[in-house]
Amino acid sequence: MRRGWFLPIAATLGFAFLYLPIMSLVVFSFNESKLVTVWSGFSTKWYGELFADPQMLGAAWLSLQIAFFSATIALVLGTLCAVALVRFKRFRGRTVLAGAVSAPLVMPDVITGLALLLLFVAMEGLVGWPSGRGVLTITIAHATFCTAYVTVVVQSRLSDLDLSLEEAAMDLGATPVRVFFDITLPIIAPALISGWLLAFTLSLDDLVIASFVSGPGSSTLPMVIFSKVRLGVSPDVNALATIIIGVVALGVIGATLFSMRSGRARRA
Amino acid sequence: MAKKPQLAYETRPWRDPAAKPFVRIKNVTKKFGDVLAVHDVSLDIFKSELFCLLGGSGSGKSTLLRMLAGFESPSSGTIEIDGQDMTFEPPYDRPVNMMFQSYALFPHMNVEQNIAYGLKRDHLPAAEIRDRVAELLALVKLQDYGRRKPNQLSGGQRQRVALARALAKRPKLLLLDEPLGALDKKLREETQFELVKIQESLGVTFIVVTHDQEEAMTLATRIGVMNQGEIAMIGEPTDIYEYPNSRFVAGFIGSVNMVEGIVTEDEPDHVRIRSAELGCDIYVGHGVDCAPDQILWWAIRPEKMELSRDRPEGLNGANVTRGIVEEIAYLGDISLYQIVLESGKRVRVSQTNSVRGNPDAITWEETVYITWGDNAGSVLTV
Amino acid sequence: MTTLDSRLPPPRRLRPWHGLERRLRDVGISGRTLVIAAPAIWLTIFFLVPLVVVFGISLATKQFGRPPYSPLLTTDEGKVQLTLHLSNYVRLFTDPLYVAAYLSSIRIALVATLITLVIGYPMAYAIARAPDKWRNILLMLVILPFWTSFLLRVYALSGFMRGNGVINQILGVFGIEPLVMMQTDFAVYVGIVYTYLPFMILPLYTNLVKLDTSLLEASADLGSRPWQTFLSVTLPLSLPGIVAGSMLVFIPAIGEFVIPSLLGGPETLMIGRVLWDEFFAATNWPRASAVAMAMLVVVVIPILLLQKAQDAVVERGK
Repeated sequence: MRRGWFLPIAATLGFAFLYLPIMSLVVFSFNESKLVTVWSGFSTKWYGELFADPQMLGAAWLSLQIAFFSATIALVLGTLCAVALVRFKRFRGRTVLAGAVSAPLVMPDVITGLALLLLFVAMEGLVGWPSGRGVLTITIAHATFCTAYVTVVVQSRLSDLDLSLEEAAMDLGATPVRVFFDITLPIIAPALISGWLLAFTLSLDDLVIASFVSGPGSSTLPMVIFSKVRLGVSPDVNALATIIIGVVALGVIGATLFSMRSGRARRA
Repeated sequence: MAKKPQLAYETRPWRDPAAKPFVRIKNVTKKFGDVLAVHDVSLDIFKSELFCLLGGSGSGKSTLLRMLAGFESPSSGTIEIDGQDMTFEPPYDRPVNMMFQSYALFPHMNVEQNIAYGLKRDHLPAAEIRDRVAELLALVKLQDYGRRKPNQLSGGQRQRVALARALAKRPKLLLLDEPLGALDKKLREETQFELVKIQESLGVTFIVVTHDQEEAMTLATRIGVMNQGEIAMIGEPTDIYEYPNSRFVAGFIGSVNMVEGIVTEDEPDHVRIRSAELGCDIYVGHGVDCAPDQILWWAIRPEKMELSRDRPEGLNGANVTRGIVEEIAYLGDISLYQIVLESGKRVRVSQTNSVRGNPDAITWEETVYITWGDNAGSVLTV
Repeated sequence: MTTLDSRLPPPRRLRPWHGLERRLRDVGISGRTLVIAAPAIWLTIFFLVPLVVVFGISLATKQFGRPPYSPLLTTDEGKVQLTLHLSNYVRLFTDPLYVAAYLSSIRIALVATLITLVIGYPMAYAIARAPDKWRNILLMLVILPFWTSFLLRVYALSGFMRGNGVINQILGVFGIEPLVMMQTDFAVYVGIVYTYLPFMILPLYTNLVKLDTSLLEASADLGSRPWQTFLSVTLPLSLPGIVAGSMLVFIPAIGEFVIPSLLGGPETLMIGRVLWDEFFAATNWPRASAVAMAMLVVVVIPILLLQKAQDAVVERGK
């Protein structure tokens, strides 16, 4: 078929739309002036300021910790959930479980955040746990909505898995638990990794739910950024954004190259 | 052509009523919800047999195999292997291994690791596992492929790895689910031969599930033909082909001409059947267990009949009919003739092409006579 | 060859799991039960129960103190009394703010989804038709923004569109008056399209890349012009991708809070923002709960039902 001119142009414009704002943000993070939109000379002073800001650094560290733990909890729960939904076709409450695990995907963050806060307040009143809001409540909240995403990722990989592989292992003398660790787990490992990364990113990125369930002294990075940018431009946020974009870009490019290479090896 | 494990007549254990079966399936039924997958199947299989379960899709052959492996448990009935009740034993506690239709090679393990997997589950010493794996790689002629991953192997190589893996634990019984199904025709013929050779040299009992009748005929010591969850017939390949016990078996294996008829003479040493479809009487040279005037069916293979331009003598005024050649399929070694009888019934007759480029061969639109011997066809009551 | 059986140790003894499994099974717990129970219990406590709590509190009234709502159950001389207030729900219908906020959320999400589709479809199609070596790179460029912070991308856009932002500076070079883009509904549309574009492109790409090009050739062979082929073959076949992508944009857009609060103006009404303000600014927890319940009924449940219907159609298609 003859290649038209429309598609390349549309795609170019689309990618320009996606990338120009990010580019300008990166460029202006090296701007001398506090005015983030007027170029006045190259400088890395905003990076210096960023790394001298204890509030920002503390929030970043807190967010990373929360993201790590909630992604790990979500990985375990989501994998179990996916195994239950894919492998056990009939059990009581299957529909409820399937609904409860996929509902957070369509639930607006404001509802999830509000609901969990009200639960934590009610639980504290009834059983005294969790006492106050903070890292623990944010981690629980993030683990809950991330479980949904992990489940979806693992579920799709698991349902592609040839059942006869597991049967073959069992036939060769492996008990069901062994089969899971010897066969199922290694084969779905890529899905587990991407599920965990997805959960980690979502947790790191969440502003709304964390705002509801956090307490005094437990402001996450998005909460600090939000309070800064709400008041207007802030060059050290530009610097932070540039660092995050750089790290993510390296990671994504690396992963793409890796998967391209292993894809080629598989075809060979 | 594959060579079958040749057991001397007297050593065919299924012909010895006193022989002890190795696998005993007793009245096994399996229901999935309301669907009857396997219905009241009883089957004895003897040591060192290569038994084929032959049937179309949905005939229950795979379900029966999966019950032997332990992936499904029967709704009722029992399965004994080597004298032990295995009906509800989980797959990992059975002295049975299976070769899967998809081969089910573990994609994240190399060939050696795949073969060693079952041995590791038995906690054999590492040195012994190594020896055993080497031995098996030699057996399936893949010595140089031990470090390869399954996705780096051809279809035939994967098939052999799957076989080696299933044989690694030296199971008493090996189950093979469509073992040659994924191979192309030429490779399949070679592999059939190898499979039989390995089976013979190890003396393992094989149960093979297949939908391919040619495969079953060449491999099996005995065949169990399955239809709609039931065993339609059990017998040696020649029995199944030459002496089918029902219209289903006759029609399922090979091609066959089948006509309806009515018994007019019923003697201990012969019967005479009148068939309007055939346009003549059929004289059968042995007694048949039937009632006079019973309607029954007579089946004959295309190669059991002869064609001629001149009217042959026939047999006691029977076994000769006439028709017009409608189609000829030239297959090289034989030619297949489709002949329309006066009743409108179409009959297929095959003739060996023993003369090269025969200019005198029977051709289209010719009127020809068909004849057959008194023992060429099978009389079927069901 | 010696037989295997004689050399094998008895199998059972060597399975460390066996004892544990058996002991659990004795008290009626199988491995299967454990697998199901762990996520089920977690989701019950932290997902289902909270919704019940929200419903309960939506029937209370605001009061000063901790927690800032009236208790539903009170004990009066040993008698337990249940007090339910419907005032919050009545207010939702009588105060035009709420109805307007729901309607405008739906409108904004719908329009933004359509714009995203119009921009995303050609991009997805271009990637699907790109040469093999380009395809992975282009796909990576689509996915990359998704892994970076959502909040920072909205912030980047605000820097781009504000009064002295990049766009207006470029316009200034051509002597064009600066445009007011920030704090308008327009900025909210741009924000939604910008942040959710990858969600539209990916499912569309997955669908379009599977499109058999011989179908297009067959259509051309039978006399269709390219645009006719597109309308009669490509578009209908990509419908599942369109639906999936649109859902992925529409659903989160409707409850969006960050975009309207950073890019929108004071008159940009979206229900997520109303709930947020009700909770944080007015500290009216019961009212916020009622808004949440209404959102659940008006927005989330229809979407869930729609998805279920869609799954059923897909299932039947198989």
